[in-house]
Amino acid sequence: MADPASLINWSLLALEPPGWGGVLLKGLMNSIVIAIGGYTFGLVLGIGGAVGKLYGGPITRDLMECYTTIVRAVPELVLILLLYYAGTDLLNHLLGLFGFSEVDISGLAAGIFVIGIVQGAYSTEVLRGAIKAVPAGQIEAARAYGMSPTKVMTRITLPAMLPYAIPGLSNLWLIATKDTALLAVVGFSELTLVTRQAAGATKAYLLFFCAAGALYLALTLVSDFVIKIIERRARRGFVEQS
Amino acid sequence: MTGKNAARKENQGNCFHAFETGILPLAGRSFMTIPAQAIAVSQLHKRFGPLEVLKGVSLTANQGDVIAIIGGSGSGKSTFLRCINMLELPTAGTVTIHGETIAMKKDGRGGQMPADRKQVERLRTQLGMVFQSFNLWQHMTILQNVIEVPVHVLGKSKAEAIETAEALLRRVGLFEKRDAYPAFLSGGQQQRAAIARALAIQPLVMLFDEPTSALDPQLVGEVLTVIGDLAKEKRTMILVTHEMKFARNVANHIVFLADGVIEEQGPPDEIFGSPKSEKLKRFISSIH
Repeated sequence: MADPASLINWSLLALEPPGWGGVLLKGLMNSIVIAIGGYTFGLVLGIGGAVGKLYGGPITRDLMECYTTIVRAVPELVLILLLYYAGTDLLNHLLGLFGFSEVDISGLAAGIFVIGIVQGAYSTEVLRGAIKAVPAGQIEAARAYGMSPTKVMTRITLPAMLPYAIPGLSNLWLIATKDTALLAVVGFSELTLVTRQAAGATKAYLLFFCAAGALYLALTLVSDFVIKIIERRARRGFVEQS
Repeated sequence: MTGKNAARKENQGNCFHAFETGILPLAGRSFMTIPAQAIAVSQLHKRFGPLEVLKGVSLTANQGDVIAIIGGSGSGKSTFLRCINMLELPTAGTVTIHGETIAMKKDGRGGQMPADRKQVERLRTQLGMVFQSFNLWQHMTILQNVIEVPVHVLGKSKAEAIETAEALLRRVGLFEKRDAYPAFLSGGQQQRAAIARALAIQPLVMLFDEPTSALDPQLVGEVLTVIGDLAKEKRTMILVTHEMKFARNVANHIVFLADGVIEEQGPPDEIFGSPKSEKLKRFISSIH
């Protein structure tokens, strides 16, 4: 039993049961799906929020300000608990009012929604800063040539702000991949939760948490690689300072 | 989409018609018929807070006119040019482009604003603006900069736009640089690309806002050569400039702005040869 060679029982990581490798990978997949979904949803919210804050009327601006302030003020764990439990409750109440039967919200949809709301607040600020960094003359030139405000936004402002936004947005992506771990508290089978289950069932805590750590690291390294490619592409119009 | 195209066609129709009617009376300014007026600005006022920059400036540019606006810094000449395409909103006064007056409404703060955004956008596509600091779109190559408006605003096909753009780039001597990004070009090259971008929309009038002021002295010449060539082919242009010798050579009409009003205007030889007003005399002696 105390054989040092069996301190680490690698067979526990086998993909097929009784190994837990397959379960871990499935958890990682769930984490990635939520991160991508939440990040994308957050980007959409962020573009809307940034445009609203910069160009909206006073009411829109105030609403956006409330959104970003509140979401960034409350710990994400609290937000997740709040939005998941209170949100489900509220939705079912509303459905009940209109005579529908209660629904069970899928963990996936709830996870994407919650991560998206949190990410949206942060990306609003990242994108707002990036849009403001676009030289005013380029937007002026677009207007001078008869572009409508929508055209100016889609053809000039958004592509031109990308180089300024990418460092902040890549941070947010990496945070999103790790925020998925918080969804363990609402019982969603993402990587952290399945790791805890595997470790609990086999008592091989060190092995499984190190394995999960390695998976998170791998995800980050792959992300970094992709981000570098995107950044190089976005900055191709820039003379790089050396 | 079809509606938009139809409107555009009608517009082009007007344009050709105007050119035809404009050809005969080209000799004498006073005989010009209304459609031959490319731009007519009437009693333009512009106020920035307590500061009144333009105090009632009127100017008419007929087809084929090359008008140079000169004046000291702060005289309001750039503001005037920017009011023509509504980049600055005039506090009072009207702007008429090719016989069509830009409809304005009160903005509730003592100024005015365009009543119809679409009208302004449509009329802007007839004005090719060249900026002091080039303002090329940094995320696009030179060729993409030149085809951007023809393709995405005027609705031309990409192939057609590229063909026109390449001819224009050849003309300003930048064909080899068509796939480079603006930041990798010299100021003079960027400004020549910006001129090609303006020409690509086949504008009724070219507006130049101090096109050489941001350039190193040795790069000014190449840009002035391009602008001078445009003047030679009787392209209608309004040019705000500090290059007095150049203004004298290419313009057929000089406007001297001082303290927000037209202090003096006339043919270049008169303005530079025998200035009448004290301010103009002082201005001319100060630049020599």
